[in-house]
Amino acid sequence: MNSSTGSTSTGISVTLEKGLELLERMMLIRRFEERAAQLRAEGLIPGFLHPYIGQEASAVGICDVLSPQDVLTSTHRGHGHMIGRGADPARMYAELFARVGGYNQGKGGSLHMIDTELGFLGANGIVGGGIPIAGGAALQFKRTGSDAVAVSFFGDGASNEGSFHETMNMAALWKLPILFVCENNLYGEFTRQSEHMVLKDVADRAPAYGMPGVVVDGNDVIAVREVTKVAVERARNGDGPTLIETKTYRHRGHFEGDMAKYRPKEEVEEWMKRDPLLTFSTWLSTERDASKADLADVRSRVDTRLEVAIAWAKEQAHPLAEDALNHVYVESFNGEALR
Amino acid sequence: MTNFTYADGIRQAIAEEIERDPSVFVIGEDVGESGGVFGVTKGLWDRFGSNHLWDTPISEEGIVGAAVGAALVGGKPIVEIMFGDFSFLAMDMIVNQAAKTHYMTGGNLSVPMVVRMVTGTAGSTGAQHSQSLEAFFTQVPGLKVVAPSTAEDAKGLLISAIRDPDPVIFFEHKGLYVGRGGPAGDVVKVDPIPMGVGKIVREGSDVTIVSYLKTLEYAQKAADELAVEGISCEIFDPRTLVPFDRAGLRASLEKTGRLLIAHEAPTRGGFGAEIAAFAAEDCFELLRAPIVRVGARNTPIPYAPIMEKYTLPGVARIAEEVRKLVK
Repeated sequence: MNSSTGSTSTGISVTLEKGLELLERMMLIRRFEERAAQLRAEGLIPGFLHPYIGQEASAVGICDVLSPQDVLTSTHRGHGHMIGRGADPARMYAELFARVGGYNQGKGGSLHMIDTELGFLGANGIVGGGIPIAGGAALQFKRTGSDAVAVSFFGDGASNEGSFHETMNMAALWKLPILFVCENNLYGEFTRQSEHMVLKDVADRAPAYGMPGVVVDGNDVIAVREVTKVAVERARNGDGPTLIETKTYRHRGHFEGDMAKYRPKEEVEEWMKRDPLLTFSTWLSTERDASKADLADVRSRVDTRLEVAIAWAKEQAHPLAEDALNHVYVESFNGEALR
Repeated sequence: MTNFTYADGIRQAIAEEIERDPSVFVIGEDVGESGGVFGVTKGLWDRFGSNHLWDTPISEEGIVGAAVGAALVGGKPIVEIMFGDFSFLAMDMIVNQAAKTHYMTGGNLSVPMVVRMVTGTAGSTGAQHSQSLEAFFTQVPGLKVVAPSTAEDAKGLLISAIRDPDPVIFFEHKGLYVGRGGPAGDVVKVDPIPMGVGKIVREGSDVTIVSYLKTLEYAQKAADELAVEGISCEIFDPRTLVPFDRAGLRASLEKTGRLLIAHEAPTRGGFGAEIAAFAAEDCFELLRAPIVRVGARNTPIPYAPIMEKYTLPGVARIAEEVRKLVK
């Protein structure tokens, strides 16, 4: 039950075609976030943004292994998970623009975005808030004999919340079909990991609850995919949960506008060399003979798709102010909003 | 005579709803084989098994979160919070998650969950096992709040709460549980009671007393005493606080023109303040005297019986305040 380290990328079973697909998904996240930051600067996005840039391999590696019936909970930094799962960037932008065409009809924004058809149960504005909810979905799967799996993404900071510890204990106790995915980007908001916990690896918390903990290079999409396969199989077989710690780094601040001056320059430079898109593109070129044109095509497809999405989102209607009174409850009373 | 207690009503509602809809299940601490610390789920584990009476570790946030997650993927959980005071450990899941999910997802998701909360004092249960916390929840848009005072209402309202598509906070006063751990009572058929429909418990003409949960019993005893003195009290039990039967309140005030609100929660910021505001907004022209609130004194609940009795509203205080009000 000791935590172990996932093997680094050996490229098992990844063809050029599959590799380009994974790269495109990662690129879609990267460019979605970069464009979102620009659009926010232009005044189109009124609320918070917590960019996922730098962590793309983690979301894509995990989501690539999942099946349609599986569900996910996410975090304040949720765009990557959502796109990794296959969400529509147009409806995401529309939500960020607070339009009725958005995933949440403009009532949620970045922090609460959902896609029920994809089993994406939501980003979450509360650190650690999604963890017990994923646990509950897994409990329902277990109780009803479903072979679906729940995945909860969270960060190193959330692993200090009670919600994490309570759910880890219950999930191990009941052998729930769940993956706890700690994306350790080394900072809980502005505080570096060494200042918020003694352990070096969050995965070391897993054995304390009686479940395996795995550390993997979170910037290596293939390595993430491989450890995920093992954990998903374990969950589907009824053998219980796994804690996967993906070691990664956010290239930008905690939120858009945070200059992240609390991080040493050398550390940032070191991680930039390990940019998951850069390293995976290089790997595809050297190990799978991807041509420059192959890689350029990926970028161009992504950019075209996003510009179409942004244009669509900009055309979506603004909600009416009185729409604020809808959806407080599923049921109204005597035809009136419940007061 | 029918033997049908408040706990029987709750237990029967759970059993009938599990039989009607297998997606209904109970989750909480000691709710399974042991039947709960107040014996409310006693016997249900034998009938329905662990899958429907899901015992948990002592982890309130994890429990309510599990219920929220289960509800999002097709379950209909009934959470038991052993003492309502412990709900603070689960407040994020109740207030930030369950209450807001339907709204912040633009109506795409909902959380059909009941949180049964054991509330109030049972005598020297002390500051952390006796609180009446309903106003914490009535303040949160997205939650419905139910507070039954009788066995029939407990059953009929719990059936409605379980079938309700929204998260419902269901308060059960531990002082209304009778014969804890005793044999199950008679099965009484009760139809679902719609939310937002109050009930006139006693008809009268001089003053309307609005009360609920255990305090309703004290109000009835006070009304008996006052009747001897020639003061006629009408008693209105709202049964659900959110939604609240404002029309029912007005109908009563049309008869009496005077209002006293009695509840076990502290007076300051208690739900009685909201009821007073309803009356002032809807019925100002009907009021012949200032509205009076009788709640707990604004202290934590003390352990010593003599102090506890002093802080909480009882028959004597309600009667005394009514006498002053009708003078």
